[in-house]
Amino acid sequence: MKKWIKPAAVAASVLSAALGLTACGGGDISATSNAAGGASKCGAFNVAVNPWVGYEADAYVVGTVAKEKLGCTVNYKTLKEEVAWQGFGSGEVDTVLENWGHPDLTDKYIKQQKTAQDAGPTGNTGVIGWYVPPWMAKQYPDITDSKNLNKYADMFKTSESGGQGQLLDGDPSYVTNDEALVKNLGLNFKVVYAGSEPALIQAFRQAEQNHTPLIGYFYEPQWFLNEVPLVKVNLPAYTDGCDADPAKVACDYPKYDLNKIVSTKFANSGSPAYNLVKNFKWTNQDQNMVAGYIAKDGMSPDAAAQKWIDANPDKVAAWLK
Amino acid sequence: MSATAVRERPTGPAARPPATTRASRPRISVRRHWRPFLLGAVVVLWLVLWAVLKGTQTLELGGAEKTDFHLWLNSVRDSFDAARSNSAVFEYVVQPLTDGLNGLVAFLQSLFSQPSALRPVPQVGWLGVVVLLAWLAFALAGVRSMLLVGACVLLFGFFGYWQQSIDTLVVTFVAVGLCAILGPPLGIWMARSRRVSAIISPVLDLMQTLPSFAYLAPLALVFGIGPAAAIVTTIIYSLPPLVRITEHGIRNVSPTTLEAVTSMGGTAWQTLTKVQLPMARRTIVVGINQCTMAALSMATIAALINGPGLGQPVLQSLQSLDVGSAFVSGLAIVLMAIMLDRTTTAASERSGIEARVARGTSAGGFRGPRARRVGVIAGAVIAAVAIYLSHNYLALAKFPASPDLGGPLGKAVSAATNWTVGTFSGFTGWLKDTITTLLVNPLESLLAQSPWWVMALVLLGIALALGGRRAAVAAAACEAVILGTGLWNESMKTLATTLVATLLVVVAAVVVGVWMGRSRLADAIIRPVLDAFQTIPSFVYLVPALALFGPTRFTAIVAALAYGVPIATKLVADGIRGVSPTTVEAAESMGTTGWQMVSKVQVPMSRAAVVLAANQGLLYVLSMVVVGGLVGGGGLGYLVVSGFSQGQLFGKGLAAGIAITALGIMLDRITQHAAARLGRA
Amino acid sequence: MTAPTLDPETSRRAARRADSIEPALKVEGLWKIFGAKADRIIGTPDEHLSRKELQSRTGCLAAVKDVSFEVAQGEVFVVMGLSGSGKSTLVRLLTRLIEPTAGTVRIDGEDVTQAGKAQLRALRRNHMAMVFQQFGLLPHRKVIDNVAYGLEVRGEPKAKRLARAQEMVDLVGLSGYEGSFPDQLSGGMQQRVGLARALAVDPQVLLFDEPFSALDPLIRRDMQNEVCRLHEEVGKTMVFITHDLQEALRLGDRILIMRDGEIVQIGTPAEVVANPADDYVRDFVSDVPRSHVLTLRYVVRPAHDGESLDGPVMQANQIVRDAARQVLASSLPVRVYDDDRFLGVVDDEDILRVVVAEEGA
Repeated sequence: MKKWIKPAAVAASVLSAALGLTACGGGDISATSNAAGGASKCGAFNVAVNPWVGYEADAYVVGTVAKEKLGCTVNYKTLKEEVAWQGFGSGEVDTVLENWGHPDLTDKYIKQQKTAQDAGPTGNTGVIGWYVPPWMAKQYPDITDSKNLNKYADMFKTSESGGQGQLLDGDPSYVTNDEALVKNLGLNFKVVYAGSEPALIQAFRQAEQNHTPLIGYFYEPQWFLNEVPLVKVNLPAYTDGCDADPAKVACDYPKYDLNKIVSTKFANSGSPAYNLVKNFKWTNQDQNMVAGYIAKDGMSPDAAAQKWIDANPDKVAAWLK
Repeated sequence: MSATAVRERPTGPAARPPATTRASRPRISVRRHWRPFLLGAVVVLWLVLWAVLKGTQTLELGGAEKTDFHLWLNSVRDSFDAARSNSAVFEYVVQPLTDGLNGLVAFLQSLFSQPSALRPVPQVGWLGVVVLLAWLAFALAGVRSMLLVGACVLLFGFFGYWQQSIDTLVVTFVAVGLCAILGPPLGIWMARSRRVSAIISPVLDLMQTLPSFAYLAPLALVFGIGPAAAIVTTIIYSLPPLVRITEHGIRNVSPTTLEAVTSMGGTAWQTLTKVQLPMARRTIVVGINQCTMAALSMATIAALINGPGLGQPVLQSLQSLDVGSAFVSGLAIVLMAIMLDRTTTAASERSGIEARVARGTSAGGFRGPRARRVGVIAGAVIAAVAIYLSHNYLALAKFPASPDLGGPLGKAVSAATNWTVGTFSGFTGWLKDTITTLLVNPLESLLAQSPWWVMALVLLGIALALGGRRAAVAAAACEAVILGTGLWNESMKTLATTLVATLLVVVAAVVVGVWMGRSRLADAIIRPVLDAFQTIPSFVYLVPALALFGPTRFTAIVAALAYGVPIATKLVADGIRGVSPTTVEAAESMGTTGWQMVSKVQVPMSRAAVVLAANQGLLYVLSMVVVGGLVGGGGLGYLVVSGFSQGQLFGKGLAAGIAITALGIMLDRITQHAAARLGRA
Repeated sequence: MTAPTLDPETSRRAARRADSIEPALKVEGLWKIFGAKADRIIGTPDEHLSRKELQSRTGCLAAVKDVSFEVAQGEVFVVMGLSGSGKSTLVRLLTRLIEPTAGTVRIDGEDVTQAGKAQLRALRRNHMAMVFQQFGLLPHRKVIDNVAYGLEVRGEPKAKRLARAQEMVDLVGLSGYEGSFPDQLSGGMQQRVGLARALAVDPQVLLFDEPFSALDPLIRRDMQNEVCRLHEEVGKTMVFITHDLQEALRLGDRILIMRDGEIVQIGTPAEVVANPADDYVRDFVSDVPRSHVLTLRYVVRPAHDGESLDGPVMQANQIVRDAARQVLASSLPVRVYDDDRFLGVVDDEDILRVVVAEEGA
């Protein structure tokens, strides 16, 4: 292995020699630095990016504003929710910008460890439920009532559902009550796990394109609804506490007021970015628009965020107050 | 040499055929008679019991249900979390380690890839990086490697993933560097002591087979989010091949030479440094090459905990089902694998020649070492100039946005995918339904609907009949572990899809492998495709697979095929090619037809290769269980994924990971013992 | 069992070469049994079992059974046997490359079997050196560095060891090849390197483990001559393992014949050929051209009454073949003397009996 060391050593000296020269010559690049206008007391701002496009929209819009208007150094960290919450304690994550309930995480990190705190709603409402592709809702208008589902169970049979209708569940990130729901509503369906969000989306896309029957678990806001406006099936209405016992659930999912979570350290740091996060608020439509730029139009998240920010200066101004 | 993620996974300790003492030899003939009988009896009894007891005592566990073991794993994780802030180990060992790794990566990034606080571009711009890497390739490996590296690195930029590619290089470099520090000593230690080897070897098995999804979250808990945890994850997966190959290399140093050296009174240290290490050097370099490939294959997984690099765009495009972009970033990973593989291989060959040349003996037509030295020095000067220029001029620092190859390529791939899906979805639907009804469903029903104790006994009986007593002992131990995880039913479902996938892998491998083995042209065309499939992150082809087959178990099988078929096919092809030409000639002289040649000569004679292909195919298929879970495979794979995604399912996910490992070890031992038996028969 | 005796010819030769009477190598009651609890067998009645019986009863394999012999200073001692006879194990026991189960080995009076790790290493570095069947060279080192290896591990300064190694390379006739790598040399040349490597450390005892059996016959002869020459030049004590009887007869001052781990016979080549200890050895030596091996000592007979005692005088250690022409040319029986002592006479018929018997065989 000695033979390897020599070139490596030479490489190191080449590098240091070159950079050393530079030090004498004086670099002209740093002069062109995009120095931010504002005071840079903001410092680093660590935004967790949970892996769905809607979240990306939130993150890059807030991040871009923080960078441009507050001079923060924004670090985007692509993380699943669970891991993101872990990061609050170590200071690796300052904020999660779109939180879907997660009572277990709330309990652990906000109540017990006190490393995180609620920073208010995002203005988005999260809806979880069962959806069918639009062609089905048009062709079978009564399918949107869960009571009529058994009538169509045969239609939803697949190779995976073993003689019953298939209810396609998806993203492993969410707790679903679907197995209990099917049982408690007496439906002749079997829950089949698609395994990931892309799998779920692809399935719905194919179903609408080829007019094949499909019913599955879905949620909004979700950019895909801009592409294919899935229709929600009505389950028995949600009432407070009807989902208290997971085994006996027979009602729809609650609506989530999506909120923002920040680390306690960040909240107490006096960073101007904290204020921005706290004030950040927009609508499902806003989010879907930015998410659509990213997912449908193939824009980079930065560019998508910039486009929306440029188009909505008043909303942005309100966040910076 | 091929660019493969994990080539010929080194086999565990049971790879050795079970030793039979001479005294027991007379009984073997009796055994051969009762083995098929036992197998038949087991199967018949199984079918009867299944028909009668179907659906009872299957140990099914609902989606959100957890056993005490799962809850206990959760609590272990929680106490880990709690200990983080006030434990000495964390404060004085883990934290400095984490900071060190992060610091190192950050330093390298600020040099080569990432803008820093004071500069909008890294210290060394793209021109500097390209010239530096090309020069390194020239100095270590030669002109051809230099051209390859230069072209690949430029392509990274034209694909639009300059920064991510260099990040991946940085992370791979650090991870492999650490492996190179840790691996050889460990391998040497194992080679010198059977006991150490017996203790560490199962740990290596575990490191290689436990799905990384299962320990990703806790690792992020310990080492924080970002490069440090990503590097540790990468090391866990890529260290075992290096350790094993080092052990193998040291062990295989000619015993005569060792004896000669011992007879001259060398100390253990002298023997190691003057004899064993120099003689095992080539093998260790191969180990480092394998380690590098394995490290690259972790690029996507590492991105899940914010590991920098090409994995990020892969995951990001997956979210918006952007097949084209996912493909382009995946292609960058493939190119990087090819580039690193070829360069390290060439470098190891070159250094062998050079060692001789340097010592003054000419080893045949090698172009003058002096001319080369001048070239290397001139290259160093050019590199220094390039680095200087790229540090100071923005145009040479920031990779130009055009020509943009990534965008058009991505669009073309998307279009091609759409066309394929549109054209073939009818056929693929039929294929999926047929295989599911004919193979997957019956087998799954048989495995998962039988009472657990029936299945446990059946598996034991099969292990005994196929692999003998030692295989049965291993199977019993693995069954106990699976029962302990509380996921028996899910494990049986996974076993069913795994077996179907393995069967298909073997069929495909034999068909394509025989073709490749018999035709140089076919080999030359197919082999690079196989290499690419082994290196490209599976996330890239999940979306097209989903579009073709929907979220089903069959899609999981297809994903497993995409990963398992290449290695198995290559093994079969090499086996066919390895059939002695004299035998082929002799058979030909007797007027054998092409088909007779295949069926009567070449395939039977490469039986060992086919069995090895089945064993490796099986392990590769199992390593895709988790990916299969992402596309509707269900079973253990889905549980591992959800364990990573949901805090309260962590324990269950880890348990599922352990069950996958147990399944893997059980199947591996059974096939290995069976292969050893077959080989002797 | 034949007791280790010293043939008068050998002892005289040995006495000429060595100043002391201390044997170069002394082996007593050496055992090697492979298998679990092997050490418990010695001292029990089991130790007398044949190899086969012992294995079926205990599962242990007795590779070397109760072997004792001495090798005089400067002697070439050949151990001969078929494969599986335990000869290779025996030579490894001498340097403890394999640990003996019981018995002692002394080299120059120093007990090898009792030596501690460091002492054993010192013994190996200074007192003995071995040449291997498969050469055992270091492929990554040049010839000169291979030869110097023993000196290197002994810690000799570089200049000194290279000078010594060069000497040895010249001695074995490889001058000009010191810069080559082993794989660039032919088998015979590689074994010369092995020889030079062993000689470089100037050991008291040289051990050869079937050094030439991997070489083709012509080269083997060359190498045997080389060993003879070296023995003449450096006069080292040698223990030489072989399965080739011709080689044994050619090189050995004395030969030890082994079968199933046991000594069958020890004696000079002539003794072995003339008086085989049992059928096994007889079978072995039946093909040997006796006239090439036997000395006049083995054909001499007392003079008949009235036989002329005026014939030429010859010494008893003359090989029959070499003496034949002279005996046949003489019309009178040749008188045979051991130095000054009259042993008897040899005539044409006696010589022809040896030569013709061979052809009939």
